[in-house]
Amino acid sequence: MNWILPSEAVKPEDRPRVGGKGYALSLLARGGFNTPKTICVTSDAYEEFLNLTGLRERILLELHRKDFKEMRWEEIWDCATRIRNLFLTKPLPESMAQELRQSIDQFFSDQTVAVRSSAPDEDDASSSFAGLHESFINLSGVDSILKHIRLVWASLWSDAALLYRQEIGLDAEKSAMAVVVQETIAGERSGVAFTRNPNNEEQAIIESIHGLNQGLVDGEIEPDRWIIDRAHNKIVEHTQPERKYWFIPSNNGVQLSTLPKDKIHQPPLNSQEAGLVFRTARNAEDYFKSPQDVEWTYSEDRLILLQSRPITTLGSENSGDQRGWYLSLHRSFENLKELRQKIEEKLIPAMVETAENLNELDLLDLSEAALVKEIRQRWEINHKWVNIYWADFIPYAHGVRLFGQVYNDAVQPKDPYEFIDLLTDTDMASLARNNMLFDLAATIRQDPILRQQLEHGRNVDIDGDFMARIETFSDKFGDLSCAVTGGKECVLGTAPLFRLLLELAAHPPSKNIHKGDRTKQLQDRYLDCFEGHQKDRAREMLDLARSSYRLRDDDNIYLGRIEAQLLTAVQEAKRRLGKGPSDVLEAVLVEIDFKEGTAIQSASAPEKGKDTLQARQLTGQPSGPGIAKGKARIIRHHNDLVHFKSGEILVCDAVDPNMTFVVPLATAVVERRGGMLIHGAIIAREYGLPCITGVPDATTLIRTGDDITVDGYLGIVTIGETEALTLQKEV
Amino acid sequence: MQTNEAFRKQLNELFRSQNLATLSTQNEGQPYASLVAFHADNDLKCLYFVTPKTTRKFANLAANKKVALLVNSSANQAADFHQAISVTAVGEADEVLGEEKESILGQYLARHPHLEDFARAPTCALVQVSVESYYMVKNFQNVTELHLEP
Repeated sequence: MNWILPSEAVKPEDRPRVGGKGYALSLLARGGFNTPKTICVTSDAYEEFLNLTGLRERILLELHRKDFKEMRWEEIWDCATRIRNLFLTKPLPESMAQELRQSIDQFFSDQTVAVRSSAPDEDDASSSFAGLHESFINLSGVDSILKHIRLVWASLWSDAALLYRQEIGLDAEKSAMAVVVQETIAGERSGVAFTRNPNNEEQAIIESIHGLNQGLVDGEIEPDRWIIDRAHNKIVEHTQPERKYWFIPSNNGVQLSTLPKDKIHQPPLNSQEAGLVFRTARNAEDYFKSPQDVEWTYSEDRLILLQSRPITTLGSENSGDQRGWYLSLHRSFENLKELRQKIEEKLIPAMVETAENLNELDLLDLSEAALVKEIRQRWEINHKWVNIYWADFIPYAHGVRLFGQVYNDAVQPKDPYEFIDLLTDTDMASLARNNMLFDLAATIRQDPILRQQLEHGRNVDIDGDFMARIETFSDKFGDLSCAVTGGKECVLGTAPLFRLLLELAAHPPSKNIHKGDRTKQLQDRYLDCFEGHQKDRAREMLDLARSSYRLRDDDNIYLGRIEAQLLTAVQEAKRRLGKGPSDVLEAVLVEIDFKEGTAIQSASAPEKGKDTLQARQLTGQPSGPGIAKGKARIIRHHNDLVHFKSGEILVCDAVDPNMTFVVPLATAVVERRGGMLIHGAIIAREYGLPCITGVPDATTLIRTGDDITVDGYLGIVTIGETEALTLQKEV
Repeated sequence: MQTNEAFRKQLNELFRSQNLATLSTQNEGQPYASLVAFHADNDLKCLYFVTPKTTRKFANLAANKKVALLVNSSANQAADFHQAISVTAVGEADEVLGEEKESILGQYLARHPHLEDFARAPTCALVQVSVESYYMVKNFQNVTELHLEP
């Protein structure tokens, strides 16, 4: 098997084995262009690795837990993370490692190299995988190079690559991945050249930045841009950005740094050099006989081409290509840091203040017209914050994912979700709420008279201190009767909060487990993987991830408090309508069409006297380890929560943060919505409960009262009796 | 979740695509497995196979009518783990005798024409399994049950 092909040995029939990038580079070298010394690790090596390690079927099992189209992006991300971890933790079989080591030594000895993806279905004119597969630069040491070859292989299965392949109708299972390894060219100035401007056929475009090309390709650095008249070989426009940063080689990777002063005011290319870049790219166009997108760098005043590919027909705005969107799901560390500052310093304080200000207004005093105005205004305010939530809070959640990848790359743990344990030791608002509930329940447990008063609804007799604590709780978090955090009295005449407290008093749940020691150990292990300034960056990334993790839960509580204010105004309108008709109040309620927690489809009762079809085992994503048996309690509507009994298994469409107060009573959590990082999974992990997410039709296939077994290790829910969980040998 | 019809359609497709089933019988607490060429009737209430009367499986059936039959679409490939469908039928077995035997045997032999001489030998029995339930496993660990009306 030919696993390594030096660039100059690549023949036309090797194209499928060396991929688009590897093939183009070999042609460029043959055509007399300056290119870095390059070898191709063919797709045969990838195939051999999958076969020898058994990974091929592991990957397919991972992806076929359920129909791909039924998976949410979060679930696909989870699958991709697990698959990536398989590549990371599975070493190359010794026979392969030996051969690859030898070749890499022979070609590069002590040089640092770049390891780039070169998928065979990449870089043809009808699809562009630019940015979807991974590339790594400035790597040294053969082990690190081998590890990064595995990571490039894994990127064939990244969430974005999976989604993109599905969209353009390619089968990931039939795809393979070749890798190019090339000497590092530590270019002082780099860029790209499009020999034909997609918007104007008579022009070419050159973009350039100081330092390595990384910043330009990832879109983190704004480049200088030249527009060139193709026919006359003339610069027609040069746009200069504010030059602030550059990427420079650093210990086994690259580093974003502030641009030195002397370069801030100096364009990376003078006009002669821009002209040379254009002419060279134009030669590549003539050579390949189609417009090219050329990546280049200047090193010691020598122009070197890093790659050349046809300009794709896809990728323009009206082609319907979603690649840009898939890529935007991933945010850079720098981008997330800015987002954090905005959220923590601006948005959250503003949300808290908004809710408080609204709360001060006494709705009872308002005239009818004023109440209508108030409802409209609150609707606007709520609407505005919901939009902000989608625009800023949701993308910020990527901080957890980014950290997960950094952690897994560095630590290479067996469990790809080990990193979550490093994040859970934070003070989430929903845990604070649960802790207040535990304290109230503890008071009831110690006071039999109070318990009786609550049980019999003799509220007037209840001790004033206790009622004051209840008041404090419900001012902060609402009385739990509403699907909206902070809402009150959505269910009149019953006392859901008291009922929950009595249940908690009768069945003291173990408080959330604080994993202080383990957190410390994991943190040390993680930080020990880094040195120097990389350690500082690793620490910063952990801090960001903790904030992002905490916010996954807290943002809904903050948002809920604003929505609760809208709800209160709506309730006031309904109260008045109950006393007498009012056209304006009716009209405004119709206008805002306020719906709170729509009910979810329930399981249909089996028809008698007919064949019965029922689920026995349902599979989802294992999202919290452990095994538990119990009666299912299906939550379709927020009101169902008040019936929750200690020891039951919470089964729902999606655990939202306004439901998490029953989780301490549950013995396991099952939900339809999938993902390791959704609220249900986070809270279940916090309380050490087995949890399965992404179970299709969970709320229709399981009925309240069903005996179910939740296997959180394997992601299997079994409906009906299960027998002994051990096979004991008879003595 | 699939509907009753979808489930039956999958059963029909699987049964049409497969010639062999694994039969489980038991006697005095000892399970025993054998490979049989099977045929399913249109409404999926019965599965049929033929066996010489001198076999261990036939002796087991005589002692205990309760059986299970496994039909699956595995192809002895790694991909089986996520692609194959496996169905277990449980029910009771009886020998088919009398006038209905000829018509059922005709249908059976239309499926397995090469078994003509074997099946028509006087020492060979046509066995009918009245199915009580089907258990279908897909996607490695998804299990759905169909319980037939008695």
